[in-house]
Amino acid sequence: MKVGLFVPCYVDMFHPETGIATLELLERFGLSVEYPVDQTCCGQPMTNTGCEREAAKTEELFVRNFEKYDYIVTPSGSCTNQVRHNMTAIEESDAVKHVRSRTYELVEFLHDVLKVDAFPWAEFPHRVALHNNCNTLRNLRIASMTERREEPFSKPKALLKMVKGIEFADLTRPDECCGFGGTFSVFEEGVSAKMGQDKVTDQLKSGAEYVTSSDSSCMMHQEGCARRMGANLKYIHIAQILNGARA
Amino acid sequence: MTAELHEELTDPNADQLDHGAASSRPLKSRISEPQPRGAKVHGNRPIDQSEAANRFIAATEHEAMHDARLWDLRQKRDKEMHGIEEWEELRDLASGIKEHTLSKLDYYLELFEKNATANGIKVHWAKDGAEHNAIVLDILRKKGVERLIKSKSMLTEECGFRHFMAENNVEVIETDLGERIQQLDDEAPSHVVVPAVHKLRTDVAGVFAKTIGSDPDNADAHYLTECQREATRPLILSAQAGMTGGNFVVAETGTFVVCTNEGNADLSANTPSLHIASIGIEKLIPGLDDLAVFVRLLSRSALGSPITQYTSHFRGPREGGEMHVVLVDNGRSERLGMEKFWRGLKCIRCGACMNTCPVFRRSGGLSYGATYAGPIGLIIDPTFNVHKYRNLPYSSTLNGSCTNVCPVKINIHEQIADWRKTLAGEGEISPVKKVMMKAAGEVLASPVVYRASLPLGRSALRHLPHFMLYNKLNTWGRKRDIPETPKQTFNEWYRKNRKQQAEGGKS
Repeated sequence: MKVGLFVPCYVDMFHPETGIATLELLERFGLSVEYPVDQTCCGQPMTNTGCEREAAKTEELFVRNFEKYDYIVTPSGSCTNQVRHNMTAIEESDAVKHVRSRTYELVEFLHDVLKVDAFPWAEFPHRVALHNNCNTLRNLRIASMTERREEPFSKPKALLKMVKGIEFADLTRPDECCGFGGTFSVFEEGVSAKMGQDKVTDQLKSGAEYVTSSDSSCMMHQEGCARRMGANLKYIHIAQILNGARA
Repeated sequence: MTAELHEELTDPNADQLDHGAASSRPLKSRISEPQPRGAKVHGNRPIDQSEAANRFIAATEHEAMHDARLWDLRQKRDKEMHGIEEWEELRDLASGIKEHTLSKLDYYLELFEKNATANGIKVHWAKDGAEHNAIVLDILRKKGVERLIKSKSMLTEECGFRHFMAENNVEVIETDLGERIQQLDDEAPSHVVVPAVHKLRTDVAGVFAKTIGSDPDNADAHYLTECQREATRPLILSAQAGMTGGNFVVAETGTFVVCTNEGNADLSANTPSLHIASIGIEKLIPGLDDLAVFVRLLSRSALGSPITQYTSHFRGPREGGEMHVVLVDNGRSERLGMEKFWRGLKCIRCGACMNTCPVFRRSGGLSYGATYAGPIGLIIDPTFNVHKYRNLPYSSTLNGSCTNVCPVKINIHEQIADWRKTLAGEGEISPVKKVMMKAAGEVLASPVVYRASLPLGRSALRHLPHFMLYNKLNTWGRKRDIPETPKQTFNEWYRKNRKQQAEGGKS
């Protein structure tokens, strides 16, 4: 199984440690993982703003970078959703179809494809609040949502439960969007920041020391709000916890 | 500051109030923050929703009350949903019935007209708001009506009905309490079900003091309601005509159904002998069995109550009276032909998408500057005026909560994204967005340009990539800290630490 690693632009720039943890974690399972060095972005900023045409060349580049792999894995559900459901600016060739159907968010790849049942190296004796990105939750269906009448399930929680010493902090509005929303965070800055502050307040009330998520983008926004509010919360990507990060 | 709320709403251990208790129990009045007003409307200029939203957020008491009140409705809705095992099946059924009816709308409309006429109802057809208003005015003039009482109707808001009637010297009295508050304040409803939900009780006390002479310092809900009742009852009793909307129109029986909690539709319909119902053509359903599905979903989705207090079936005029139904198109036929957007016509106006929308709860419904606010508004409003409402589809994080609470399964968040594409394709996009996205598209399409644009080793503002900055202002950093820039990107780390693979991964 040949795996291509996609490291989203903001992870590459601001959270290289998330990319490193994802790579090392996949390698722990004996996979041959490659990171195509000419990659940039999935095209989501343009597509989400409605500028599909402007996304076409970025999408083409994405497909050129990743068409040779059996699976494409990325530590971002939001980018996965873009590739799987919204990468429609370019013609649907066999290569495009292959890339779109073979792109997985890290948690669902570990849970559904590798069916991992233990992380013997992982220990995280802390109180942790889990945040699910909205695309990851409602479009990739990584967990059950409170809006629907369905059996409760959570793939990220199922994986985190295998980590020694971890304790979960419950939020009062676990499914509420944190207000990042990609370009929404700059175009609609006031509402975005208010939503972020409310999310941080909920996290604080839960007694969490750490917040974790399979999406760095939401956490970058939440962390920005938390710091400005002087809130004592730490943000860590789920890949780092599963890879055995020790606080 | 904390919001003015019932203790039960803030104390997690207390029993939650039901809808009736929450809306009627008096609270101690202690603040009087001025009410933030809605979006500024300048003719046909695009509405700036975020400007109005920012003013709503700055009114912290209003915003906190609004968010908590609507979130409470969402939670009550969830509780009702869990009480019904077949909830998701009901949603499928409701969606299917609506899609079926919409796909054969001409057939069902004619069937309704035939059966309603047989029941003694006079059926009228209006292609737009102006025609609707003219038809109603004509009916009223023939009967010499000077005063009309009416229950809540979003359709009449679309038609600008109240203002039209005022210009033609017909006095209109709203009988829904929330709608009456809005009428007296000369404001549009901010929500399809709870039209004055953006107002604090102190705001209402202010409006009533000015318009019906109540005590401006008494914001007790019982007192205010009683004052309104005393002021309005004589007007209702002397009105010569009553008007309602219609939640469902049953083709097979030629009847229509109005759902309210205050019984005000019955008051409007039954007090005078002339009853006019204004109804959008998308409200058709085939038969009474279908109605049962919607009655189970409507109030549970809207307010988290099992059923509306009143579900009134109107079958024909009473003896000596007249009943008219005005079926209004006002853009609906055109919408039905829009491949990506016709499903918005399934909407039963429950407001569940508004209650769950994190943007709506923090912005207030008037910030949208349009008849329909919140998620459903974002996908309906541009069908009325693409230019004026072109910014609205951006007032969403595309989080998808709306789609999943919708009782008729409208793919709201997908349509919001589709509207962005459609509007940008038609050139209806703000120049700032267009320029930024064109630049981002160029940079991200080229690994070399992209790598060169990265902000390593610089300070503060320049740390953010272009698409995260807005004009020359540091929009990100106004209320949020900017992430620290690490010493090296992942790409650089990889080239150093995985030299061999880095060669293999070149495309």
